[in-house]
Amino acid sequence: MKQHWLAASACLLAGVTPAFAWEPTKAIEIVVPFAAGGASDQMARTIQGIIQKNSFSSQPVIVVNKPAAGGAEGMLDIQKSAGDPHKLITTSSGVFMTPMATKLPLNWTEYTPVAMMAQDSFVLWVNAKSPYQTAGDFMAAAKAASLPLKLGGTSSKREDNLIVFAMEKAGGVKFAYIPHASGGQASTQLSGGHIEASTNNPAEDVANWRGGATRPLCVFSDQKMAYTTPVADGKSWADIPTCPSQGLNVTYQMLRGMFMPGKVTKDQQAYYVELFKKVADTAEWKDYLARSALVPDYRDGDAFVQFLKADEEKHAKLMSDAGFMAK
Amino acid sequence: MDDFASLMAGFQVALSWHNIGFMAVGVVLGIVVGVLPGLGGPNGVAILLPLTFGMDPTSAIILLSSIYWGALFGGAITSILFNIPGEAWSVATTFDGYPMAVQGKAAEALTAAFTASFIGALSGVILITFVAPLVASFALRFGPAEFFAVFLLTFCSFIGMGRENRAKILASLCIGFLLAAVGLDSISGDLRMTFGSTELMRGFDFLVVVIGLFGVSEILLTVEEGLVFKGKQAKIDLRVVFRTWASLPRYWATLLRSAAVGMWMGVTPGGAIAASFMGYGIAKRFSRNPGSFGKGNIEGVLAPETAAHAAGTSALLPMLALGIPGSATAAVLLGGLLVWGLQPGPLLFIEQKEFVWGLIASMYLGNLAGLIIVLATVPLFAAIMRVPFSYVAPVILIVCAIGAYTISNSIFDIWLMLGFGIIGYVFKKLDYPLAPLVLALVLGDRAEDSFRQALLGSGGSLNVFAANGLVGTLVVLAMLLLLWGPVTDLIGAARGKGRQPEKPAAAE
Repeated sequence: MKQHWLAASACLLAGVTPAFAWEPTKAIEIVVPFAAGGASDQMARTIQGIIQKNSFSSQPVIVVNKPAAGGAEGMLDIQKSAGDPHKLITTSSGVFMTPMATKLPLNWTEYTPVAMMAQDSFVLWVNAKSPYQTAGDFMAAAKAASLPLKLGGTSSKREDNLIVFAMEKAGGVKFAYIPHASGGQASTQLSGGHIEASTNNPAEDVANWRGGATRPLCVFSDQKMAYTTPVADGKSWADIPTCPSQGLNVTYQMLRGMFMPGKVTKDQQAYYVELFKKVADTAEWKDYLARSALVPDYRDGDAFVQFLKADEEKHAKLMSDAGFMAK
Repeated sequence: MDDFASLMAGFQVALSWHNIGFMAVGVVLGIVVGVLPGLGGPNGVAILLPLTFGMDPTSAIILLSSIYWGALFGGAITSILFNIPGEAWSVATTFDGYPMAVQGKAAEALTAAFTASFIGALSGVILITFVAPLVASFALRFGPAEFFAVFLLTFCSFIGMGRENRAKILASLCIGFLLAAVGLDSISGDLRMTFGSTELMRGFDFLVVVIGLFGVSEILLTVEEGLVFKGKQAKIDLRVVFRTWASLPRYWATLLRSAAVGMWMGVTPGGAIAASFMGYGIAKRFSRNPGSFGKGNIEGVLAPETAAHAAGTSALLPMLALGIPGSATAAVLLGGLLVWGLQPGPLLFIEQKEFVWGLIASMYLGNLAGLIIVLATVPLFAAIMRVPFSYVAPVILIVCAIGAYTISNSIFDIWLMLGFGIIGYVFKKLDYPLAPLVLALVLGDRAEDSFRQALLGSGGSLNVFAANGLVGTLVVLAMLLLLWGPVTDLIGAARGKGRQPEKPAAAE
């Protein structure tokens, strides 16, 4: 009932003041469905910093982490907050995968898509001391190994797990996939030599790459990354070859976007679209993209919805092929 | 001596007036945050993080890490006065801290706790100052098997060294494991034991359980005893601080052992929680008077506090050197580093010298400032014990409820807290120990994850737990500690004498 009341009052408000676009009247809360310090959290806090530094909003922005149950806690919170125009949630591909893997009653179509900020790449990393120089070397070693090679990633039945499954299928090999609580942990385990490789995002492994502990083999994409500033040993992100070019035909990218709860008005949605457009245009945001080696891919409105639909279909197929769908 | 010069330069940065100001503000805020259960260090730091975006990184981290020190100090206050641990690592402090407060020795207990914290933190900082690169590479040797061995060591030392009925310790431990298993299983990605409830999906938050088990159950017990104020009126003034200090050198061995345990556990991301429990367990085993533990022995306050703070401080080392947070607060600080445009990792020490050494210098100064501030407040806090319990109890209950609610803004958690309050009351009546349950709840999840990660990697072979010297030693040590208690008991029984009847507690 509360939701209807909120929605009704929001409509009323919009009806009374048609001349003015909607403006927030209290603090804006960004829900991060992952733990503090992770990639989603970094993005939310960067956006928070940009909005406050440039005074893009008259109201303060708060970041709230709701990481339980693989992000489902944050998503449920948004589901329950239908009609609340002061709440936003950062999303990744988890917006499709969490409901698929857990059977929780969650669906992105009940939220309001605001903007897609970027896409995140995945890279095949190995320990700097390991003999593998190309993805081909690594897959050949996986084939020859008597005990499956250990490949680490974040969580189970999520992005990294899907990539590893696709690698197994592409190379006709078997890996021991080891789920970690975060990409940072997987990176540490890799630099300690406790796993043979990881499928971390660029940002999750950049510190160890620069420190000379890990080495990228290839990026799971048809195109190389765009950033040409040297990162480590004179190499830049753009120097990392694509996996398909090395005979490992696996590609995968993950969306990073912003949603509002369902049942908000067009004006409220428009306010945030405008806000994130401004954020995406700042130099600080471009710095952040370069630092995290994200693929700049800003979309809003219909372009975003079309992307989401296609991406959901793709994930439904990937998840059911891998047998990750909850029964 | 290059590092020493850097440290001096760091002191210069940290000693500027505005940085000292930030330090003082941070410590006071931290104490407030630490005293309120549920708010806690990580949340406090997270709430204030946005304020620092406009500041220069060095001042920002000085402010935030001072909040962390303050919270570390503050956590001990409620543990001792009300038996409510404000932070996970303060649980072990309640075992002897609260009995001391009840005996009218609240001021002594607080002084001991604060001083021990300071000593622990200081040993942690010294570790960071001198052996940072060396220790950082040691942490890299910890794979899943080694992590599991560390947790096993903690559990085994608890069973083996416990003085209570071992079957009861085991039962309590198993209930804790069961509770820890509720929620999302990170290895399979499935939800476990949630019975379709979205509230249970979060699992049982440690703080909700602890506030209930310790705080609420204590109030229930006191109410049953007829609302008589248990604390003895004691003269409280600042001289207590010096009297307590004079007695501390006697416990140098306990302090040293705990500091060593803490530093070790902090660097291996086993964390402050495991360290505080182990510090307590070891102090009890080596004590000349183990029977008095749990009844208000000052060593029982010193040991866990020293260990927890040595670990909490050392935990910043892997964060700076490797980018892996050793604690929840360190994780939030890590997020901050990234927002300020600093990349934690092996290169931070080289590329951001001024920042790193400024931070390290602020650790020395922040802890010193923290110690002075908290010691000055000892009489104030100890005076709370003079207020009649019938006035204090409702306030405590409300603070508990607010704390439980704040953790994830859920009314359900308040009911959960009350439920665990009743469970805690029953446990105490039946003489079951609560600590093993809490320990298993906090570490059970992580122990399970690393156990299964290790087996996934080894193809199911248990040999992985004896694969190298490090993990082998840890496992053997765990087994020795597990068997130590029962074996010494058996030997005692075989001699026909049994143990000397334990001395009655000082006063109750």
